[in-house]
Amino acid sequence: MSAKQGRAGVIALLTALVAFTAVEALILAGALNLYWQQIICLAGIVTISALGLNLIYGYTGQFSLGHAAFYGIGAYTAALVTRSIGGRSPVGLLLGLAAGALLAGLTALLIGLPILRLKSDYLGIATLGFGIIVKVLLDNSDAVIPAMGGSRGMSAIPKLTSFVWVFPLALLAVVVLRNIVYSGIGRALKSVREDELAAEAVGIDSTRYKTLGFVIGCMFAGVAGGLYAHLFTFLHPSNFDFLKSIDVLLVVVLGGLGSISGTIVAAVAWTFLLEGLRIVLPPAVQDWRWVIYPLLLIIFMLVRPGGIFAGTEFRFLRPRK
Amino acid sequence: MLLSVNDLAVDYGAIRALHCVSFEVNEGEIVTLVGANGAGKSTTLRAISGLLKPSSGEIAFEGRRIGGIAGHQVVKLGIAHVPEGRQPFAYLTVRENLLLGAYNRPQAESGAAMERVFKSFPRLKERLGQTAGTLSGGELQMLAMGRGLMARPKLLMLDEPSMGLSPILVREIFDIIREINRQGTAILLVEQNAFMALQVAQRAYVLETGRVVLAGPAAELLRDPKVKAAYLGE
Ligand SMILES: Nc1ncnc2c1ncn2[C@@H]1O[C@H](COP(=O)(O)OP(=O)(O)O)[C@@H](O)[C@H]1O
Ligand SMILES: [Mg+2]
Repeated sequence: MSAKQGRAGVIALLTALVAFTAVEALILAGALNLYWQQIICLAGIVTISALGLNLIYGYTGQFSLGHAAFYGIGAYTAALVTRSIGGRSPVGLLLGLAAGALLAGLTALLIGLPILRLKSDYLGIATLGFGIIVKVLLDNSDAVIPAMGGSRGMSAIPKLTSFVWVFPLALLAVVVLRNIVYSGIGRALKSVREDELAAEAVGIDSTRYKTLGFVIGCMFAGVAGGLYAHLFTFLHPSNFDFLKSIDVLLVVVLGGLGSISGTIVAAVAWTFLLEGLRIVLPPAVQDWRWVIYPLLLIIFMLVRPGGIFAGTEFRFLRPRK
Repeated sequence: MLLSVNDLAVDYGAIRALHCVSFEVNEGEIVTLVGANGAGKSTTLRAISGLLKPSSGEIAFEGRRIGGIAGHQVVKLGIAHVPEGRQPFAYLTVRENLLLGAYNRPQAESGAAMERVFKSFPRLKERLGQTAGTLSGGELQMLAMGRGLMARPKLLMLDEPSMGLSPILVREIFDIIREINRQGTAILLVEQNAFMALQVAQRAYVLETGRVVLAGPAAELLRDPKVKAAYLGE
């Protein structure tokens, strides 16, 4: 590691610590009301989920249209765990998040294995279908597990998510992803993205790596979903439909495929922008969201096809020489 | 015998690309498959390296049948395939491309393997941090071959290494092929440029529409009137 690199890493960590302390101090001082605390936490949660999708799509090249479904699996699983444990212990939240990540990852493995064996890109279609199935299952979940509430939604989830949880976990997600993409594993993932046959030709088991990227990325979504559940304390199937998958996809594409920095910036900017628009614009105009998003995407693809960061990173995230 | 191919047939869907191809490569040899565009040369290499499944016939490497096993496993056995069109990972750096070539080797060896590649291709050393997509045609070919060598193969299969290169570069590449072979790596060379290929190889097979139509020592084929007429433009 070069001295410059090491220093950049230390400075980045210190900056993170200062930012964390500053925001937490504002919260403790009562300067940020509950609403803004929620938005800040949501920005961190979207970051974690989008980092997962960037691993799947940006680094491994596998197009997924069902990210919100894995987010939903994590959310409902974590909520069921904390609710059945009872109380408001942080250990309960940790267990819930772990269970959510695990179930999301396991589901991804079951879906990924048969589909990712194929050399063509069927994952997009399969995850699209999967997302719809999950939505239907959630709508009718109360038939099997009454606590999940079906289309009435799941309520009475303990409010355990706070900035103290979200920030360190988002930081952890960044560090984990960075260490994956700059390792030998990351190199293999990227080679599969670039050219699957050529990757096979140099000896890389492309099915294995596609599955690995997909499973880990979905586990990120699972953790994010668990945090989400305990932030808003209420879950509804409509929070996890197809359009929510597109939201994350937009964040990843706008930030830049294969850029951690881009995902962080885009996720935070996106969350605040949406809230800002909700405050500024009258409700009638807000229905135009679905015209504005695609337009935004098209403009971006024309002006800056690589996204905001176009494959580059903040210095502290770059690989060691 | 290092590699032996017997009555190999390969189909693309309903189209039979290879009918009944047989040939062999011994340790230390340079063997070339020559033939016109569409004769089935690339298909043959893809079948050997596991990227295509043979419809019938046998492929054996070091006496072991390998027909139909997965591509990434063939590399482990000691066969490196440098595909047609060079196919570097365009958005990865030269260094990353080379390291990917050594994917199945112990990590501790990769430094030494890279140094060996730089001996053959010193230009790659200057380009280590550059993304592969920014390399010139000649450099791309060097990178593709270098990546193949990183796996320390017993058999190196080269698909049209001279394609699209200037005559000077072609000569340079063929000198390097000879040198790699002198250091003990057997080479299966596929070329449309039959003249160059026959000069560097010891033995040759001529492929026409998915069949071997002629075989022999390369020097002899170079003098064969039929070969001269069909492939050497005389
Ligand atoms: N992906 C493919 N799908 C269908 N047919 C193919 C494909 N690749 C090659 N072929 C056909 O197989 C035959 C042999 O092709 P190929 O092995 O590429 O020849 P060569 O490398 O000698 O030029 C040709 O008739 C070609 O059209
Ligand atoms: Mg060819």
